[in-house]
Formats: sequence, structure tokens, C-alpha cells
Amino acid sequence: MNNRLINWFKYASPQSFYPIAGKMIPWFWALAAVFGAAGLYIGFGVAPTDAQQGEGYRIIFLHVPASWMSMFIYLVMAFWAALGLAYNTRLSGMMASALAPTGALFAFLSLWTGALWGKPMWGAWWVWDARLTSELILLFLYIGFIALQSAIDDPRRADKAGAILALVGVVNVPIIYFSVKWWNTLHQGSSVSLTKSPSMAMTMLWGMLLCALAFWMYSIAVALMRGRSIMLERERHTEWVRTLLTGNDSGKE
Amino acid sequence: MLYWNSFSEFLAMGNHGVYVWGSVGVTAVLLALEPILLIQGRKSLMARLKRQFRAEKSDRNADRSNQNTRRSTD
Repeated sequence: MNNRLINWFKYASPQSFYPIAGKMIPWFWALAAVFGAAGLYIGFGVAPTDAQQGEGYRIIFLHVPASWMSMFIYLVMAFWAALGLAYNTRLSGMMASALAPTGALFAFLSLWTGALWGKPMWGAWWVWDARLTSELILLFLYIGFIALQSAIDDPRRADKAGAILALVGVVNVPIIYFSVKWWNTLHQGSSVSLTKSPSMAMTMLWGMLLCALAFWMYSIAVALMRGRSIMLERERHTEWVRTLLTGNDSGKE
Repeated sequence: MLYWNSFSEFLAMGNHGVYVWGSVGVTAVLLALEPILLIQGRKSLMARLKRQFRAEKSDRNADRSNQNTRRSTD
């Protein structure tokens, strides 16, 4: 039991995670491309039209996966942040910082595609309803996290401050998720739920799930890429970064 | 298998073309831009660090040769 714990912490050091992450990145890109191609083909090529919404409904093949990712990335970011606070591991803070911009990107895409869906369907780009507003708050939480971290010079202190912001903000994620149930909102209820059978045709569901998988793989690939750069930057005073970048000629006597 | 009868029908998206392609376009551009910026950032970071390491090394070498010359003149 104790041994297993130690092994996990071994991979939690930037020095050993850096090369592993580098080997994994191409695989996640390949999976993202495969899932993305399949999802877009089904969603925009094969799936039948929606009886009520017409062809505009196809936006949901991007909108729903982007919204899921924006929430899920926040949970993962908060998880890393909590781990960093609890164990004071360096890698945790680096991965939390690596995820934030990608999460913000998906929160923005969720709002953007939602606005483009809302205009033809509701006749409005934006309404101040519970679902839309809480998703906007999620975007602000990401931006706040990034701004707070970049305002603090010492990266370790920036990690701690960011971690507390991330953890406080977690309360917003269930609010987004359940907002369509808790409040009377204009936004439609969830099309896919863990407890009920989905209220959509199988081809549509497959298109959406494949697009979601593609976004998932994309997020992992991009977060690992950003994480690796953060590792180099923050660990630049250590021997392993020096050896990595200057070869055997490590500058030592 | 394909739902569409013609390419123009596909582009029109039942009069929702602007909204659908506006969503797809912005998503595609942003998802392409992010890794490009990351690769550029990584390249410049590595170049900066390598420069720094080289500079530190030559500083150290210069210090050492200074010490040597001082020792020989003493």
C-alpha cells in the first residue's frame, strides 16, 4: 500500500512527468483528429434534421461538448488545485495553470455557439437566464484565476491563491448543470442525462458523444503542451532542465 | 448515407447557414490557434533558456580565467 503511494508521487514530480507527457501528446492529437472527423461527419453529414429547430440545431454538436468541457476542465483544475494545497506538490499547481486557458476557451465557445443558436431559435443573442448567466460566471472565474495567478510573482504563492479561487468557484459548476431544473429558464433541459434515456435520435447522440470525445482529447493534448512549457519555465533553475536544454554539456564543473 | 442532396444545400443549412458556419468557423479557428500559439511560445521559451544557460556558462568560465590570471600575477 505504502509502496503504491510512493510510486504515484514519483510521477508527480515535473522531472519525471515531463518526458511522459511529451510521449503522450501525439497520441491525444491523433485521437482528437479521429474522434473529431467522425463526430463532424455524423453531426454535419449524416444526422437527420431536427423537427422543431431545423438545421440550426446542428450547432449543438459543438455547443454541448464545449459546454461539458468548460465545466469538466474546471472540475479537473479545481482537483489539481486541491491536491496542490493538500500535498504541496509542484506539478499540481502547474497542471491547474495549464488547464485554465483551455477551460476559458471552451467557456467562451459555449457562449459563442449558444448565442449563434439563440438568435434563430429564441430571437435573441443573449438573455439573462440562469444557465447562460452561470456559464458567463464560469468564464469570469477562469479569467479571474488566470489574472490572479499572473499578478503574483512567486509561482508557489500564485498556485495557492489560484487554488483557493478555483475551489471557491467549484460551487458554480453544479449551479450551471442543474440551472435548467432549479429555475424556470429559457434554455432547454439537458438532451443527455445520466439517469434517463436520451431524448434524441441515436445518430445525433453519437455525433455529440464523438465530438465531446474529440474535445476531451484536444484538451488533454493542449493542457499537456502548456504544462510542459510551464514546467520548463518554473524549473529553469534546476539541473534537469539545464541538462535537457544544453545536452550533456550541463554547465557543471 | 449522407443526409444532404447537394453541396449548396449543405452550405445553406436550411437558412441557418450564418449561425451554423459562424459557430463552426470560430470554433475551428480558436482550436487551431491555441496549439499554434503554444508551439510558438514553447520555441521562444526554449531559445531564451538556452541563451541564458550559455550566458551563465561563459560567465563562469570568464570568472575562472580571471581568477587564474590573478593567481599568476600574485
